[in-house]
Amino acid sequence: MAHGPKPGFSRWLYTTNHKDIGSMYLWFSFAMFLLGGCMALVIRAELFEPGLQIVQPEFFNQMTTMHGLIMVFGAVMPAFVGLANWMIPMMIGAPDMALPRMNNWSFWILPFAFAMLASTLFMDGGAPNFGWTFYAPLSTEYAPPSTTFFIFSIHIMGASSIMGAINIIATILNMRAPGMTLMKMPLFVWTWLITAYLLIAVMPVLAGVVTMMLMDIHFGTSFFSAAGGGDPVLFQHVFWFFGHPEVYIMILPAFGIVSAIIPTFARKPLFGYSSMVYATASIAFLSFIVWAHHMFTVGMPIAGELFFMYATMLIAVPTGVKVFNWVTTMFRGSMTFETPMLFAIAFVILFTIGGFSGLMLAIAPADFQYHDTYFVVAHFHYVLVPGAIFSITAGVYYWLPKWTGNMYNETMGKVHFWLAFVGLNVTFFPMHFVGLAGMPRRIPDYALQFADFNQIASVGAFLFGAAQIVFLFNVVRTVMGGKKATDEVWDDPEGLEWTVASPAPYHTFSTPPAVR
Amino acid sequence: MASESSYYVPEQSRLPIFATIGLFLTAFGAANWINGGSSYIFFIGALAMAGVLWFWFAAVIRENMAGLNSDQLKRSYVWGMGWFIFSEVMFFAAFFGALYYIRTFALPWLGGEGDRGESNMLWQGFENTWPLMVTPDAAVHGDAAKVVGPNDIIDPWHLPLLNTVILLTSSVTVHIAHVFLKKGKRNAFNLWLGLTVLLGALFLFFQVEEYYEAYVHLGLTLESGIYGTTFFMLTGFHGAHVTLGTIMLLIMLLRSVIAHHFKPDDHFGFEASSWYWHFVDVVWVGLFIFVYVLGS
Amino acid sequence: MLKGFDRLFALLATSLPAYSAFAEVEGAERWGVNMTQGVTEVSRTTYDLHMLIFWICVAIGVVVFGVMFYSMWRHRKSKGYRAAQFHESTAVELVWTIIPTLILVLMAIPATKTLYDIYDTGEADLDIMVTGYQWKWKYDYLGTDVSFFSNLSTPRSQVDNQLPKGENYLLEVDEPVVVPVGKKIRFLFTANDVIHAWWVPDLAVKKDAIPGFINDAWTRIDEPGIYRGQCAELCGKDHGFMPIVVKAVPEQEYDAWLNERAAQAAKMRELTEKTFDFDELFAMGEKVYNRNCAACHQPNGQGVPGTFPAIAGSQVATGPLDKHLNMVVNGSSKNPAMQAFGPQLSEVDIAAVITYQRNAFGNEMGDTVQPVDILNFKNKQ
Repeated sequence: MAHGPKPGFSRWLYTTNHKDIGSMYLWFSFAMFLLGGCMALVIRAELFEPGLQIVQPEFFNQMTTMHGLIMVFGAVMPAFVGLANWMIPMMIGAPDMALPRMNNWSFWILPFAFAMLASTLFMDGGAPNFGWTFYAPLSTEYAPPSTTFFIFSIHIMGASSIMGAINIIATILNMRAPGMTLMKMPLFVWTWLITAYLLIAVMPVLAGVVTMMLMDIHFGTSFFSAAGGGDPVLFQHVFWFFGHPEVYIMILPAFGIVSAIIPTFARKPLFGYSSMVYATASIAFLSFIVWAHHMFTVGMPIAGELFFMYATMLIAVPTGVKVFNWVTTMFRGSMTFETPMLFAIAFVILFTIGGFSGLMLAIAPADFQYHDTYFVVAHFHYVLVPGAIFSITAGVYYWLPKWTGNMYNETMGKVHFWLAFVGLNVTFFPMHFVGLAGMPRRIPDYALQFADFNQIASVGAFLFGAAQIVFLFNVVRTVMGGKKATDEVWDDPEGLEWTVASPAPYHTFSTPPAVR
Repeated sequence: MASESSYYVPEQSRLPIFATIGLFLTAFGAANWINGGSSYIFFIGALAMAGVLWFWFAAVIRENMAGLNSDQLKRSYVWGMGWFIFSEVMFFAAFFGALYYIRTFALPWLGGEGDRGESNMLWQGFENTWPLMVTPDAAVHGDAAKVVGPNDIIDPWHLPLLNTVILLTSSVTVHIAHVFLKKGKRNAFNLWLGLTVLLGALFLFFQVEEYYEAYVHLGLTLESGIYGTTFFMLTGFHGAHVTLGTIMLLIMLLRSVIAHHFKPDDHFGFEASSWYWHFVDVVWVGLFIFVYVLGS
Repeated sequence: MLKGFDRLFALLATSLPAYSAFAEVEGAERWGVNMTQGVTEVSRTTYDLHMLIFWICVAIGVVVFGVMFYSMWRHRKSKGYRAAQFHESTAVELVWTIIPTLILVLMAIPATKTLYDIYDTGEADLDIMVTGYQWKWKYDYLGTDVSFFSNLSTPRSQVDNQLPKGENYLLEVDEPVVVPVGKKIRFLFTANDVIHAWWVPDLAVKKDAIPGFINDAWTRIDEPGIYRGQCAELCGKDHGFMPIVVKAVPEQEYDAWLNERAAQAAKMRELTEKTFDFDELFAMGEKVYNRNCAACHQPNGQGVPGTFPAIAGSQVATGPLDKHLNMVVNGSSKNPAMQAFGPQLSEVDIAAVITYQRNAFGNEMGDTVQPVDILNFKNKQ
């Protein structure tokens, strides 16, 4: 057990080490983030001004579809799994993940699945072009032939996610050091435990719905066709039964990261630990009964409309509790503003703004005006970019010294933060305006009154893209060398991960630590 | 050797990357085949996948017999299998949910009832019935319809009832086998487990006969509207799971008969397979009620 | 794609001058930041609801962010502030659970009322069936013979930046849907192919048009005017190019219009009997082609390789007439993108467009198809 890593590339292919696998997940997700980001830039470049300049509508639709799929399944989810791999064993005092070989399998499926997904761009008829929500029958009867490959790539990435989630549950429930009771676990571990349950519950439903698509396309079934007695809206119900928990899968671990960072830099314990745990669990529960708020305009009976409206509004309560707890943690702390803290504070502010627009969208009659406009695009980018991406970035800066043993360059980190912060707001804030003014989403060209804000948004997008280059450069530099980090790295941070050396040895906690 | 303080973390392993390649070839090959390409890639992938699983399970068994697996590690396997079965439950839930939605909402609307009953304007003459013998398409277009309903459906009180008895019995026999295993009576264990495998195979035989009947005599196919769709997708995925479960139990039987695996207090491979078997049994009860009995 | 990036850089370099191409467009509408109040009672109620929630959110935001910025300003280490160590209070947690719940209840009451109002589609004065097609809208005035398609009328050259863009770029159609003011209008929505969504912001009506099902919604427009909207559900390639234009007119004007359209429909039936000469058909056919076919098969008939087949030199357009008729009237059995135009176009239009396709783009079949041929073909099946 006391061995270090094997030399050469086979280390990465055959590894069973949670740190190696965590690193691979993180690098893979960053690569996907750049790929999906380039697609976003194609979209924003085309939307820079009215008229068709750079791409044709067919290709534009492929870009929006692939951008969504790659960011959701390729960038955000694997990044959180990467952080879970690195941190959960160290946070609970475990020697590794519970099922190390399966862990490696879960990771390596992803590059293959995404290679398959990306290869659809080069197939006859092009890549999937029906949006990341792939509503039938546009995604069945009217879909390009490459849809079959899209379906099978979803299948295998779903298998990867389910195995990853099972591994995380087994690790958390079975591998805690003696004395690490559930209510002593760091919030990141808690949020991931709940996220893993969500994953196991809904990834099979996604597999189910793409299977129905496959059958409708190739085997003559009638799931989504009224002629045979089916219903296109059935697709949306099954999809969003997966899809809504899915969006919380992309945000709950972020809550955990931020709940680790804010207390460290406020030098004050997290306010309301147990209420944070209960709030996370409530959000997860609610996520199963709100799915049809994505479908207010499909013509549901009014009872359904009201139920999903009320249930959705309720989500604001536990989410509010979390925000209030974070703010109260900062209140009367002794704050410093290193890069992780900057990203964490931006998370709280911007995620809350995304939460506000979410509350507005929950109001069904108002949603009739917002639905499928850029207001929705603004909303979910406000919860996903500052929510998921900023928290992942904050987590990387926060734990990078522990991973590499070196401090990152603080100035460059701050430059990255301000570029990203400004870029993000310039990109996505104007989208609220054009959405309210009536611009539908997923259109390659638009009426003239939307031109000004679109131009601004496009400039912001390139700024945000540039910020990521700074990030990449900073991380690579830190991996290569730099000022040595202490074992504690920060000013008396909470958690077992800070009790081991920096960089963390290849194997940590081969014998369980004592937990107070 | 097995203690809480030495959780076995395997050294490097080639299994996962080969499993990845196998899975990838299977998935890519399936897509390629369905899209009209050749089937070679799929079969190579499936073969590779089966091979990797063989070696993977062999490695785990070897480690266990070498005493590397602590009780804590075995609990990881228990959690893993438990949540895997839960994920399977959710997969079936998607299809049961689809059946519920179709019967409670979509078909009444198409037939002119309820909040979206205006939809019947598009399908004049269509009536909501279950089983759906006349599809909306057939109601409107008659002989020119592309999707027509079945001529008849499967009578739940013949083959399906027999299959229910078979599968329920097999859950009991696998449990009895387990009891004998815990008492250390290997011969009785082998006998009852063998009986379970036979019952599983018998179930599959009758299922195939039922499908033959449906396709050849009843005009009930995947393509005969939403009744055929839900019928075959639910029973078909269940049948696939019974097949897998039977194979799993067969392998357990062979391990016991040939290699004398399993100890009275250490036999998680068998236990996991038997859980899986109980799970497919429970799904069948759901099918029998919601697809066959309430569907006729 | 690489070529795309080259063009992207060129575009960025020249962005500001290019901007002037549409900078002349006047309007209070530019830099619009908020939802329209619209021209119906429901749209105004919706607007009020929207603003109510917005201001509640602003108020909460001011309090939460106020506290946060205050402590970021005052409670920093660089100012020597020493951290307090409190970290729990059940009372406080209860307070900030209960108060937001109460606020939500307050929001839910008007929202519920408005929703009931929106769902009350009964007792309408007139019913209009709206059918979404890839990528146009069809309007049927139920109980009359009036039925027509509404296509984007912005010329392709504006989209391709060859001509300056007009004031209503992408929001203009050849045939607006005409409705009377002050009457309760009930829309029935369905679709022919994929899901579309009919949305006119000024009416606050947005409803999905779902193939095989019918949804309904209603409106009562207060003032005459032209109200523009767009398809709001991704429906394929030209999702961004299927606008909606509602023309609300006083009742007498509406009645006159309806009568005129009914008379036209009657005349169209007569035309079906008429025999046209080749040039007439060819000229009409070109128009029909550009409106209905050119989006996929392209104005030059070359199609898009790998996606949409060419008409020029195609087996269908230069083969037996029956196959060509079948393709246009019934659509392709293999590729759903090729719709059945039989129910969409008049016999005259189909005859014209087939004549055109068989004799344009270098195709030289020389045959003339008459409306009555189409009628016979349709009756035969």
